[in-house]
Amino acid sequence: MTTTPKAGRSRLDPEPVPRRDWLGLSSLAAMGSALLFGLIGMLKLPKAAVLASPSKKFRVALPETLPPGEPFVPPGRAVAIFRDGEGVYAVSTICTHLGCVVKSVPEGFECPCHGSRFARDGEVTKGPAPRALPWFKVGLAGGLVTIDEGTVVPSGTKVAG
Amino acid sequence: MTPAAGKDALREFYGNLKSAPGRLLETAFRTGPPATDRSRSTFVFGNVFLHLHAVRTHLWSLRWTTTLGLGIMSISAFLIALVTGVMLMFYYKPYPDAAYESMKDIAFVVPTGRLIRNLHRWSANLMVVAVILHMARAFYTAAYRKPREYNWLIGIGLLVVTLGLSFTGYLLPWDQLAYWAITIGANIAQSPREVTDALGITEYFDPGGLQRLLLLGSDEVGAEALIRFYLLHVMILPLVIAMLLAVHFWRIRKDGGLARPADADERLAGLRREETYPVFTEAPAKTYHLAAIIRGRTEHVGRGPENTVPSMPHLFYAELGVLMLTFFACMALSLVSDAPLKELANPNVPENPAKAPWYFLGLQELVSYSAFMGGIAIPAIVLLGLALIPYLDRETEGTGRWFGGPGGWPLVRFSALFGVCVPVLIEAFAIRFGWLREWFPDIPQLVVTAINPATIITAAYALFSLWSIRRFQSTRAGALALFTCFLGGFLVLTVIGTYFRGPNWVFYWSPADWPQH
Ligand code: HEM
Ligand code: FES
Repeated sequence: MTTTPKAGRSRLDPEPVPRRDWLGLSSLAAMGSALLFGLIGMLKLPKAAVLASPSKKFRVALPETLPPGEPFVPPGRAVAIFRDGEGVYAVSTICTHLGCVVKSVPEGFECPCHGSRFARDGEVTKGPAPRALPWFKVGLAGGLVTIDEGTVVPSGTKVAG
Repeated sequence: MTPAAGKDALREFYGNLKSAPGRLLETAFRTGPPATDRSRSTFVFGNVFLHLHAVRTHLWSLRWTTTLGLGIMSISAFLIALVTGVMLMFYYKPYPDAAYESMKDIAFVVPTGRLIRNLHRWSANLMVVAVILHMARAFYTAAYRKPREYNWLIGIGLLVVTLGLSFTGYLLPWDQLAYWAITIGANIAQSPREVTDALGITEYFDPGGLQRLLLLGSDEVGAEALIRFYLLHVMILPLVIAMLLAVHFWRIRKDGGLARPADADERLAGLRREETYPVFTEAPAKTYHLAAIIRGRTEHVGRGPENTVPSMPHLFYAELGVLMLTFFACMALSLVSDAPLKELANPNVPENPAKAPWYFLGLQELVSYSAFMGGIAIPAIVLLGLALIPYLDRETEGTGRWFGGPGGWPLVRFSALFGVCVPVLIEAFAIRFGWLREWFPDIPQLVVTAINPATIITAAYALFSLWSIRRFQSTRAGALALFTCFLGGFLVLTVIGTYFRGPNWVFYWSPADWPQH
């Protein structure tokens, strides 16, 4: 367009809204910040204060005949429990890659989803898994073993009983 | 009171009753049948649904080689999925185990339930195919350029939402396939931990864990996750896609119809049909006050309506034809092939192999080298790259022509070859010789995350397109090379993930070689 700003204003070219309309601006700012804080508050909605997850602790009896260094996987649990000369320990059977359940094989564990392999102590030997299988806290009480899947202990922590 | 002379209200009433059906039509379509130019126009702009279209359509847009009908095929498949999806909602119950039972009911008890489910599944698949091909069409005809850059962005949004709809729907049957695909998907969302763990900062900064938590609403795939996916699938994403579609279609009109070559009118001269007579034979009786307050030029100003035909019937019949064809294809597929339903979800025994829907198997192939790179970083780079195309290539040569622009078809052919060969060679190498961790068991995770087949393929593609920009001194050539490589890589990885990966994600030449267990 070639209209010069000084040349008489057309009625289609109205005066711009005055910028120093501070009442308007401040109410706009108030509305904006109210909206913003409301939104931030609502962002908490999708994250419940208590998660609907089953209990992480459970108790099992190890079979008498469990050979040393062989895994025992309680039915319905994703933990392999071992007993050897030094004590009892528990290794997670959830693959650290993308969460499939690993199968125990003679060399250790094997993941069916993308072929990660782990040694008996959980170390990664092959494939995309970025970390070793974690070890869980174990307690011995009476003849029973208590496993706490919520608490990770350093690999190699065995509980003698 | 005596009745007015010569008037019989009762007879009038009967007369009105008899003519009611005809009057109904007249009042609905005020201007009569769309027989003349004028009534064809009012047919379009007098109808709230049809007036998304312009009253007249350029002949170039109607050539089937311009669009291949792919946009309309996408929306048709979406509409079929919408209708059949609402039908399924009558029986589906979004709660673990009950969900699976209701899928069984739909398959075995509900009359036509299985067909409706098949139609839903097939139309969803067809929509994904159509949307990807439609994007390729818009790209190869260089239709993303000024003034259509923004609509291309909206299109990328539509692509993402389309994939999101398919992915959230995949969990709903609550069978083994669904359960393990979502477990993997949710853990991909968590995979930024691959990096934060390696850096040892997960305790303070854990975007991965947060993403997974928001998706699942719990530590594991359970009732909370199912209701979230359900809500996304039937409510949130359909609303989002409807809004994006409204903008997409509105913009097509406001951007001046479909892109066409600068010389479209000359090229059509030979084919000129008799309908394309001059339209404005008299000076317009009215000036447009509204138009006067708009600064600058709209896309229509300065263009005559020459070489256009009335949208009713020319465009609408073509669209209806594509809709019917799409429906026919879905119906045929639904009659011959049932949507799968495996055993009830079992959180203790993974499906082996656990495969995502086919259009994600290319990603799953990359994920099998590094969860973070294949699942998050590279998809993000690809989407960003696609979104930036119209802002990085601002040339004008070749707009509206297939493979238009410097390099043209020979470059596309060569890029396709390159785009296919690179992933084939790298995959073959990795499958035959393994990858870093097999050679150096103690290698740090960050090295594997940074250097793996996924990143090498991406880097090769990026270098190749930089070379193309230099070789042809054209940004369009770079775009052509990159997009073609992307399609080639998508194809190769998807085929490997779908047909050549068996139990334990081991390479097999054919499913017949899979070990039985
Ligand atoms: C749900 C998905 C989508 C639907 C239903 C849809 C629908 C349509 C329709 C009906 C058209 C008219 C022309 C034609 O039929 O080709 C169109 C044009 C267009 N679409 Fe889409 N679209 C979708 C996704 C996308 C995507 C993923 C992109 C690209 C990233 C895209 C970019 C474009 C562009 C640039 C145009 C203008 C083309 C031109 O002017 O020639 N759309 N779309
Ligand atoms: S989930 Fe175990 S290798 Fe991918």
